[in-house]
Amino acid sequence: MSLLIKKISLYAILVICTIIMMFPIGYAFLISFLSGAELLQGKWWPTTWSIKNYVIAFEKVPLGRYLWNSFVVSFIVMVGQLVVSSLAAFAFVFLRFPGRDLLFFLTILTMLIPWEATVIPNYLTVQSFGWTNNYLGLTIPFFASAFGIFLLRQHFKTIPFELYESAQVSGMKHFRFFWYVVLPLSKTSLATLGVYSFLTTWNMYLWPLLVTNDESVRTVQIGLKQMQTQEMATEWGVVMAAVMIIILPTLILIFIGQKQLQKGLMQGAIK
Amino acid sequence: MPHTVKRVIEGGMYILPSLLLFSIFVFYPMIRTLYLSMHMTDFQGNPTTYVGFEHFVYLFEDRNFKESMKATFLFVIYTVPPTVIISLCLALLANEKLRGIQLFRTFFSSTLGMSVAASSVIWMFMYNPAVGVINKILIALGGEERQWLLNPDTALAAVAAATVWMNIGFAFLILLGGLQNIDSTLYESAEIIGMSRLYQLWRITLPLLSPTLFFVITVSLIHAFQTFGQIDILTKGGPMNTTTVLVYSIYREAFVNYNFGFASAQAIVLFFIVLIVTIVQFTFAERKVHYQ
Repeated sequence: MSLLIKKISLYAILVICTIIMMFPIGYAFLISFLSGAELLQGKWWPTTWSIKNYVIAFEKVPLGRYLWNSFVVSFIVMVGQLVVSSLAAFAFVFLRFPGRDLLFFLTILTMLIPWEATVIPNYLTVQSFGWTNNYLGLTIPFFASAFGIFLLRQHFKTIPFELYESAQVSGMKHFRFFWYVVLPLSKTSLATLGVYSFLTTWNMYLWPLLVTNDESVRTVQIGLKQMQTQEMATEWGVVMAAVMIIILPTLILIFIGQKQLQKGLMQGAIK
Repeated sequence: MPHTVKRVIEGGMYILPSLLLFSIFVFYPMIRTLYLSMHMTDFQGNPTTYVGFEHFVYLFEDRNFKESMKATFLFVIYTVPPTVIISLCLALLANEKLRGIQLFRTFFSSTLGMSVAASSVIWMFMYNPAVGVINKILIALGGEERQWLLNPDTALAAVAAATVWMNIGFAFLILLGGLQNIDSTLYESAEIIGMSRLYQLWRITLPLLSPTLFFVITVSLIHAFQTFGQIDILTKGGPMNTTTVLVYSIYREAFVNYNFGFASAQAIVLFFIVLIVTIVQFTFAERKVHYQ
């Protein structure tokens, strides 16, 4: 009996916590179906579930364009990080050569430098390359990631070294070993890094704010800020509709990859 | 000897892309920031005259910068402890073995997928004095209408509350992972010798979770010192500079006032703060924290 009471109270606490945690998202969802007039009347539950606000959101600002830009940028950074990090991690685990430890030390060193502390010269650099308002400026600076290298290195280390030795004996080239043995054995870690880099790039704010100034490459986060500044008092429903559209892709990613992401973040972070 | 050279070249090829990118976008700009911090600059960010440490001397006399440091540290205090404590409670809850617990875990980690911009816009509406839900609840409870983001007494706390919500997802997920790594046979033995749940939490869970907990605290601290997006959207550093945290101050000095040298000096301050936090983590974590 007491076990049952304990279970029920646990569920009750879990549900209450869920309601509190999810409240802002649920609230934004409800508001996204309200017209300006309804909002001013103090309503919060939609009388009609019309998608009018969503349509207006796409008309008011080039939301479709922004979504596409965000998708392209996040995808390029994801691929770039996977390629660059896996190559470096492979060398750090499997190749033995003088200077390797120094290079690894330099990689660790980058973790001590906050991106925001370097943002001024980076902005000037990207400007001098002519990369402002360009996918290049939004993506290439983020290809190398110490976190990504660490995460993959952790996983590569679990691959039996005998496998590498026998590949050496049979005369397999390093790159073939990397491509046909290491990468297929590391699918889950690669997926974790992929999801993580996509997520962080999609949600990036300061950098795209600095290096985009028209709609050609502007990402959806900056589009949202612009929309919120323009619409302010009147059309909150439309702004919330845009919010819902923007958070949908990343929320889906979290819902699918939560378990995987948790494992991967732990690996890259702790050990 | 040629064999060694060959190995260096081959190994180098794999690391070259990272090394090149780190050099251009991490090491060079860090050194450049230091260089700029000792110069006056023109509007294009080119150094004009060498001023030595004058920017730094001026920083510690500047009222705006003092306010900015105060806002930064207050913001850290307002956000980090609540984030860690709430996330820890949620993680302990979600670590219970119950049917459907996976669903709750997903809900609790959902803010990891929320961008700073989207979250800030939602909270901006919640704080809206006329139609926002927070004032509505307050009035329903017999309180008064408040201008949360426009009042210097409440603005920073309001932004902090929104930030805590945004950061829970990440901290929760890491802490839950830490809890799941604890060997469950320990709890079984504890049950057998009749240890109470609270005592188990104190003697088993917290000591074994300490590396994870320590990691979460460090990351949250560094993250809090780097806050920008929510300030830019919710308050723009106002009212009366009460929410001008360090990165927002750097941004405004560099990209609004085009005072790149002075902004770089502030960036150096940011670098040292993060460096100190990281060093503390490395030295302290090795000694004080229990590793499995």
